[in-house]
Amino acid sequence: MKFPIYLDYSATTPVDPRVATKMIPYLTEHFGNPASRSHAYGWKTEEAVEEARGYVAALLNADPREIVWTSGATEGNNLAIKGAAQFYKTKGKHLITQKTEHKATLDTMRELERQGFECTYLEVEENGLVDIEKFKAAIRPDTILASIMMVNNEIGVIQPIAELGEICRAKGIILHCDAVQAAGKIQIDLATLKVDLLTITAHKMYGPKGIGALYIRRKPRVRIEAQIHGGGHERGFRSGTLATHQIVGMGEAARLARAEMASDNERIRMLRDRLWAGLSDMEAVVLNGDLERRIPGNLNVSFNYVEGESLIMAIKDIAVSSGSACTSASLEPSYVLRALGRSDELAHSSIRFTLGKFTTVEEVDFAVNLLKTKVAKLRELSPLWEMYKDGVDLNTVQWAAH
Amino acid sequence: MAYSDKVIDHYENPRNVGSFEKGDDSVGTGMVGAPACGDVMKLQIKVAKDGTIEDARFKTYGCGSAIASSSLVTEWVKGKTLDEAIGIKNTQIAAELALPPVKIHCSILAEDAIKAAVADYKQKHANELPGAPEKQVAHG
Ligand SMILES: Cc1ncc(COP(=O)(O)O)c(C=O)c1O
Repeated sequence: MKFPIYLDYSATTPVDPRVATKMIPYLTEHFGNPASRSHAYGWKTEEAVEEARGYVAALLNADPREIVWTSGATEGNNLAIKGAAQFYKTKGKHLITQKTEHKATLDTMRELERQGFECTYLEVEENGLVDIEKFKAAIRPDTILASIMMVNNEIGVIQPIAELGEICRAKGIILHCDAVQAAGKIQIDLATLKVDLLTITAHKMYGPKGIGALYIRRKPRVRIEAQIHGGGHERGFRSGTLATHQIVGMGEAARLARAEMASDNERIRMLRDRLWAGLSDMEAVVLNGDLERRIPGNLNVSFNYVEGESLIMAIKDIAVSSGSACTSASLEPSYVLRALGRSDELAHSSIRFTLGKFTTVEEVDFAVNLLKTKVAKLRELSPLWEMYKDGVDLNTVQWAAH
Repeated sequence: MAYSDKVIDHYENPRNVGSFEKGDDSVGTGMVGAPACGDVMKLQIKVAKDGTIEDARFKTYGCGSAIASSSLVTEWVKGKTLDEAIGIKNTQIAAELALPPVKIHCSILAEDAIKAAVADYKQKHANELPGAPEKQVAHG
């Protein structure tokens, strides 16, 4: 086993070696600018770019002409949301999203509010899912755009995008969907889903970092305003010389994902269930997010009565994400877990395990044993655990504020 | 977050973990912090007849620096009088453990825990101690 064991596939994935192999010639040999129409160097790379576009479109069951290359999903979400809001602003100024979106969506919405738009941030249910009735109730006559992610990055829950699509289409509302954590993990069929704009990124599906794609529906046609102006690449939606090697990598990653998703998922789900079986065997652990409506590779668990940062420190043999941002600049507990109604303590003591196609049974078993030992050790140290064991209800304790 | 070797040492081999027998009169207990803030420290001192601290125990819910700060002060208070113990400053704790600025609050909490434990002991023995009992130190 290679340490630390990587269980953070939702943060990013390694590039599949087959993808890397396919990329390399486009750095050294086929280096032409795909916009160069006057010679074979350009023709060669343009062909590669279009082949890749085809693979990405096929993964989404879309038309290649509906795919625009971006630098990743942060740009994709910005382009989709700002682009559509600005194009349709004469129709209305109201936007809808939910509190558990990625910052790339939330901060974009905040910026649009600054520009004069109004945004509703929907609460989610305790299982992390958006409530259809609450969504409907949030719609106003001047609502122009809704942005709801397909799969949440922290808790892996799958939102009811098909139903939201029907609702939005009937009301003439543009629906944008951040599908970063869904692509290559669940089926996305844009021929049937009534989604107008959809964002994906390569580095969450065994492709390289710094490349993504935005799907922009042609039928019925959706319009957006470009955010980056220049040479008019990508039909004016996104100027800038195409990063050929990155695009080739994303295309190959999409091709492999489409071909291998079903078999990979089966294995990954088995491993995730094994992990959960091991962890749920412990006392006072809480699963965050719905278990059924969830992608196979995600498990988000809170270990009550231990503090998150010390837990992360104790389990440095595995690479995971913590629901507590203590290790970065702020001391904020995860806003996603807070939105599920979890207490600060439970949010702080949560660990996100995300498994991927290179995860093994041995690694999962190692993680289970490690968690069992370390959580027990930290609970030995914890005055809260002692009080819990003595039958004290921690909610009735008067804590000295600090 | 990069921790100093001393923090890691205390975190991996915490000193004096545990609790004294409930109802022991020679024990003063201080509990400071709040779960919602991410740290709770419980510090106990056991005071000998001659008024010096003969033993100490702690339990801490918190980050590595909080655990190390409380582990360290259990070592430091031993052998000290109550007045010497409350003279321990958070800056000394922070310096000993080389705490980064974002972790200074852990050392403050440890200092507060000593004061709270001493205050608890003094309150229990208010009648026996010479002079007026010290005002309870409010944590905040
Ligand atoms: C749900 C979601 N949206 C957007 C992003 C941002 O993607 P990128 O890193 O490609 O900018 C991420 C990844 O961090 C994500 O998980």
